[in-house]
Amino acid sequence: MHDLKMKYKGKKMAPAINAFHTFLYTPDETTHSGSHVRAADDLKRTMNTVIMALVPVLLFSMFNAGYQHFSAINGFPEDFSVMEHFLTWDNFWIGIVKVLPLLAVSYGVGLLVEFIFAVIKGHEVEEGYLVTGILVPLIVPIDTPLWMLAVAVVFGVVIGKEVFGGTGMNILNPALTIRAFLFFAYPTWMSGDKVWVHGARERSEEILAGATNVDAFSGETILGFLAQNKGAEMSYTVSDMFFGFIPGSVGETPTLLILLGGLFLIFSKIASWRIMLSAVLGSLFMGLVFNQVVELGWITETSKFYGLMNFDFWKHLLVGGLAFGIVYMATDPVTGAQTNRGKWFYGFFIGFLSVMIRVFNPAYPEGVFLAILLMNVFAPTIDHYVVRSNIKRRLKRLENAVIIPKDTDGKTAELQAETV
Amino acid sequence: MGLLSKKDTSLILDPLADNNPITIQVLGICSALAITAELKASVVMAISVMFVLGAGNVVISLMRNIIPSKIRIIVQLIVVATLVIIVDQVLKAFAYELSKTLAVFVGLIITNCIIMGRFEAFALANGPWRSFLDGIGNSLGYGVILIIVGFFRELLGSGTLFGIPVLGDPIAKTGLYATGYENNGFMIIPPAALIVVGIIIWVQRSRNPALVEEN
Repeated sequence: MHDLKMKYKGKKMAPAINAFHTFLYTPDETTHSGSHVRAADDLKRTMNTVIMALVPVLLFSMFNAGYQHFSAINGFPEDFSVMEHFLTWDNFWIGIVKVLPLLAVSYGVGLLVEFIFAVIKGHEVEEGYLVTGILVPLIVPIDTPLWMLAVAVVFGVVIGKEVFGGTGMNILNPALTIRAFLFFAYPTWMSGDKVWVHGARERSEEILAGATNVDAFSGETILGFLAQNKGAEMSYTVSDMFFGFIPGSVGETPTLLILLGGLFLIFSKIASWRIMLSAVLGSLFMGLVFNQVVELGWITETSKFYGLMNFDFWKHLLVGGLAFGIVYMATDPVTGAQTNRGKWFYGFFIGFLSVMIRVFNPAYPEGVFLAILLMNVFAPTIDHYVVRSNIKRRLKRLENAVIIPKDTDGKTAELQAETV
Repeated sequence: MGLLSKKDTSLILDPLADNNPITIQVLGICSALAITAELKASVVMAISVMFVLGAGNVVISLMRNIIPSKIRIIVQLIVVATLVIIVDQVLKAFAYELSKTLAVFVGLIITNCIIMGRFEAFALANGPWRSFLDGIGNSLGYGVILIIVGFFRELLGSGTLFGIPVLGDPIAKTGLYATGYENNGFMIIPPAALIVVGIIIWVQRSRNPALVEEN
């Protein structure tokens, strides 16, 4: 590899070769001029830390894929035990067959696009896609056709990232751009009650075609149930929601593991705790407001918002993609707010808007990605006003300050004496 | 000397590419986003704008010496409004379904920046024949982009061209749909037009670096 790197130096394919090289080895070059911060955490390490925080979620999601599939066919087990019903080879096999191809397509297509752009533009391939590539399969429904994912990844990487100048220049989070593209392009594959559990869609098609030997099953998400005011029909307990034994996008369900991943990211100082905390507060606040509306009797049980408004405010964090979005998406250092005070606003509004979209628009039960994309767009504006207000504050301080001239050598004192 | 001198030819051909009203001057974007979900609507819109701009440019050019400059915008508006109403009535009479699709956007040709822009920039200062050529050229440039955008949006979004299915039947799963292909709902919504126009601008500028502004 080292030889290859030297051989291709300065040639057209150099960026591609270099990319493989840095992927496999620590770079042997450092910046030679100018002052720069010397620290061990380069972009590659940052990205790898996030991936480490995501691996448990990925593994869980592979088991959950199978668990949801078999439970939907055979009914949920009465006396649920993790070893017996969840961590089984059958479940894992479904995960391997369904989740790994999503991951492979996401990485394969995404990195291919990155390589092509690096070669055309003659810059280095950046590691930015490493995280996007693992996030993408975790936020799509399990039965997403692979070619759709490929189209969306091309769109997300080109339009979401490369046209702005590549990693670090993008306005929108590429993973969410991909999700949004899928959502608007192929809505029948991205929402409804047939897409969240592997096989549900095929089954319903078979039945439509006249098959009678199979039962229909649906994998409605909790938010889906609530949006239709059918909360009472749900059989999921709070611990199911917390540990993630519920249907949903591939990797969004295990709140516990996401929480651990989030703590890991906070303690390794990769992700901002300000954004996470304020987003949690924002969603709790919005949830509380809605709960209060129900309590005051402003809406009746027949209202179409009743189910979601009556949902305990803290449970919003346990279901859907809110926790996943807050921990892994909102904290994207490129697209988020940069200033500390800005991060509080940015995070708060993400939580606030997510719950609001969730409740008010039954067509978008997953408001999280829209909320984050929206705040991505506003992040620079928030930063601008934070900086401006800081300048103002300091100018005021300057105005009010009494400037005492330094009299180190007695000259100023003399001057004063003269003018007086 | 033929019918068109070299200068006249450039009046028609320049707006097609290097001085395109949509991709270079970035005018008339609103209608380009709104009505390009179908190719048929794009073509009709292009023809309507061609009529309004061609005729309007001639009228303004003929009147250019008698219009007091203080009220010239009002005069221009009256001319455009008259022509647009003619187009609107013709469409309603002969293509009622289509005029419903285009809805308010035929009326909004009045506010299309390309038209006022050409009146102000060209017709007020040039003779009728050259103004006519300029009007036709610019509306052709506008129409070309509209048709390109409409082509891709209708093909990818609905799998049809001019309303005729070309990729097979999405419900009976024939043709391309048999392989699992699905229409891209994203292309139907107006933001997609913005992205398609953006890609056209991108391609055009990377082919001709002279168009890229310094900044």
